[in-house]
Amino acid sequence: MENTIDIPQEKPLTKKDFESDQLVRWCPGCGDYSILSAMTNALPQLNIPRENFVFVSGIGCAARFPYYMNTYGFHTIHGRGPAVATGVKLANPKLSVWEIQGDGDAMAIGGNHFIHALRRNIDINIILFNNEIYGLTKGQYSPTSPAGLVTKSTPYGSVERPFQAAELVIGAQGTFYARTIDTNPKLMTEIFVHAAKHVGTSLVEVLQNCVIFNDDAHAAVTAKQNRDDFQLHVKHSQPLLFGKENKKGIRLNGLKLEVVTIGENGITENDILVHDAHNEDPTLHLMLARMAPPHFPMALGVIREVRAKTYDEAIAEEREKITANARYHSVDDLLKSGEIWEIK
Amino acid sequence: MSETAINGKKTTKELEKVVIRFAGDSGDGMQLTGSQFSFTSALWGNDLATFPDFPAEIRAPQGTVEGVSGFQVQIGKIDIYTPGDQADVLVAMNPAALKSNLQFARKGGNVIVDLDAFVDRNIEKAGFVTNPLEDGTLADYNVVEAPISSLTKTALEGLQLDNKSIMRSKNMFALGMMYWLFDRSLKETEKYIDSKFKKTPALAEGNKRALNAGFHYAETIEALPAMYKVPPAQIEKGTYRHISGNTATAWGLMAAAEKVGKKLFLGSYPITPASDILHELSRHKNLGVITMQAEDEIAAVCSAIGASYAGQLGVTTSSGPGIALKGEAIGLAVMAEIPLVVVDVQRGGPSTGLPTKTEQADINIAVYGRNSESPAVVLAASTPANCFDFAYLAAKIAIEHMTPVILLTDGYLANGSEPWKFPTTADLPPITLHEPHKDNGVYYPYVRDAETLARGWAVPGTPGFEHRIGGLEKQEKTGNVSYDPQNHEKMVRTRAEKVTRVANYLPELEVQGNGDGKLLVVGWGGTFGGLHTAVTELQQANRKIDFVHFNFINPLPKNTQAVFEKYNKILVCELNMGQFASLLRSKFPGMNILSYTKIQGQPFLVTELKEVFLENLKD
Repeated sequence: MENTIDIPQEKPLTKKDFESDQLVRWCPGCGDYSILSAMTNALPQLNIPRENFVFVSGIGCAARFPYYMNTYGFHTIHGRGPAVATGVKLANPKLSVWEIQGDGDAMAIGGNHFIHALRRNIDINIILFNNEIYGLTKGQYSPTSPAGLVTKSTPYGSVERPFQAAELVIGAQGTFYARTIDTNPKLMTEIFVHAAKHVGTSLVEVLQNCVIFNDDAHAAVTAKQNRDDFQLHVKHSQPLLFGKENKKGIRLNGLKLEVVTIGENGITENDILVHDAHNEDPTLHLMLARMAPPHFPMALGVIREVRAKTYDEAIAEEREKITANARYHSVDDLLKSGEIWEIK
Repeated sequence: MSETAINGKKTTKELEKVVIRFAGDSGDGMQLTGSQFSFTSALWGNDLATFPDFPAEIRAPQGTVEGVSGFQVQIGKIDIYTPGDQADVLVAMNPAALKSNLQFARKGGNVIVDLDAFVDRNIEKAGFVTNPLEDGTLADYNVVEAPISSLTKTALEGLQLDNKSIMRSKNMFALGMMYWLFDRSLKETEKYIDSKFKKTPALAEGNKRALNAGFHYAETIEALPAMYKVPPAQIEKGTYRHISGNTATAWGLMAAAEKVGKKLFLGSYPITPASDILHELSRHKNLGVITMQAEDEIAAVCSAIGASYAGQLGVTTSSGPGIALKGEAIGLAVMAEIPLVVVDVQRGGPSTGLPTKTEQADINIAVYGRNSESPAVVLAASTPANCFDFAYLAAKIAIEHMTPVILLTDGYLANGSEPWKFPTTADLPPITLHEPHKDNGVYYPYVRDAETLARGWAVPGTPGFEHRIGGLEKQEKTGNVSYDPQNHEKMVRTRAEKVTRVANYLPELEVQGNGDGKLLVVGWGGTFGGLHTAVTELQQANRKIDFVHFNFINPLPKNTQAVFEKYNKILVCELNMGQFASLLRSKFPGMNILSYTKIQGQPFLVTELKEVFLENLKD
């Protein structure tokens, strides 16, 4: 189930090996810094040679990420990162390909590439920095901004309905969806490692704070005082428990989830739903991903992780099959194939 | 031309060249009929050129003018460069085919119709008020009214075939008639039928019977005036095959990838008339070809850019509307300075335009169609077969000069076909890779080759060459992001100079003629056949006319100015509103550069060109 490692490293790589010499130019206090740090923490754990990492991005604050990684990197054009990354992976399936997107890049201008990468299940890792705002263009609403959000382009509040990344992922038959927050570096690092090991398109949504244009957008989940009651850290095969004493849990009641408390109304741990990330049926994954304050905690961690044939595997298999049955083996053979004639 | 009697009954006429046009409903199998006739003629030793002319709709209503599909072929004992202006023989399978194709028939030529199809309902559907066979519409033609449908039915009697299958064989009856008329063997087509209907022997038998019935019918009737003989042409010795422009493009790209030891990655989105390149390349995955039918035109070019960045040969293929969508990404390849081949099979525009018709109006978008200063190399193929050479060259230039290259072909080249003396890959020019190297142990991605100005191609997976590139302006040498004003100007000029220097590696223009003409005819791309034929015929009539044809649009061949300076009058002929003429005028101000244009979705006719040239030779 895990991506294999090609060459064992002579000397283990460290966080420092992955830090580039470029000045990091995000705003002070930006959530991107902690994501960068979690990434440089995660990569040495993968035992993949540094030269096999490629970071691809589109446009936006998040998209500057490749410049700050001492790996191969390609900062491309707005929304098209998944398409470029797909070409990179198909050209050389040995590479560990990471694609960095913001919410506008992934779900507005690049929405088509985003869903089609997931549908094809190409073995790349997409890290979605979701701050629910356009930062680099200085503060317009994004496709994930909540209705009513006042921004420069919505002075009377946004009238649009926002996308939920997880719904798109599951709608596109995504095989891996995890959610994390920029204020929890440990969880982020774990999830990046987990995503790297998943074979197929891994989508990691990071709830990231834009300190300038949409500060505290995720505070209902990330604020210190909300941590216990509004964060549910899901783990495969573990009961869905949360709260200060881990006494609160999620129960399936008919076709709906509900928050219950162990010890109240006869609820025992047996009533609590056990997380099955590997279930091919995405129904419960979708229900978990949709949970949000104020009535529910936000699910964090790996919500969905199923194995399905990847696009790159399918292409390699197809090539092998065709090659085994091929009646010609070079362009010269092809030129001479079919109807040819001699003029003497 | 000579006439001799055969069997004391028929005469035979010898012709230098002849044009045949097959027209019928788009379900009538006219493309197959035409290509079988072409193939048999090629084996016989004729030179030839073909042009299919089909509707954009897959199955427009039966019997309507919109649903007519045509196929024209010119065969000759002389070198043939075009499918011909006007058909000497037009085969019309129904009234609609006659209605829409009579304009392509030569007055005095033969028109063969399926008499059975000329019933009131069909006549009316085609838009005729009265029966054209009776009302004098065809007074200027030698008309052969052959009951093709009913004779096919009779010939196929006793076979276990439904009526639909029987009627589908009538194209073979028509083909059989043509084979008699031009003294061709049925053998190759019979072989083809056997292999095509291997699994349905009744269909194979039916088609062969129809073919033979047509042949014998033509022999028997008196209506055909003579049997035509088009002797074999003096063709260069060697091994030949038939090739269409789109197949040649696909194979040229494959040959380049194989030569340089890379995989060919095609990112493409279906679009007429370019899709056949995607189809063809998708068949050859055993030869290291990867094809991806992308979610849109933008993903198609972006995946190709990704593949090139990762060290393979990235290619995207499309037509005008798709090229418009790819513009921003081509600009990224300009900035990132990575190899990319973009094939634009031009069609009539703007917008959706005329998807199945030819035009040459994408020269502006290819040369100028991106934001800011965004130079790319632009090439144009000029015959169906040389699409192979220019596709190969496009890949070679992209790799050796680390630049996007746009290859212009068009619907006429893409679907047209001709006999091709194909090369072996050993004969193709080598392609040299730009290996990256380090300065004092450090790799800088924007260090350039002193001659070409191309940067090194460091490929992910190579230890010690990790680097970042992207669409932001680069600092020279290091490739780091830079907003420095002086650096920006330097980089803009360097990228332009890099493309200009490609001309140092390209062949120069060759003038066809004595070099002392009163008129220099200039063409580019797919109009070569018509222009070459028209100029040659006038030169043979001792007219002072010379001709140059451009395959290199950006940069132009180095001797362009030197060639132009010899002429007081330069006439640029193209299928648009004068885009290449404008480009040339801006490069060579003060020269007398005139423009002759046509925008009808159809190629130039040799006769119209000759008239225009004679007019321009007058003063």
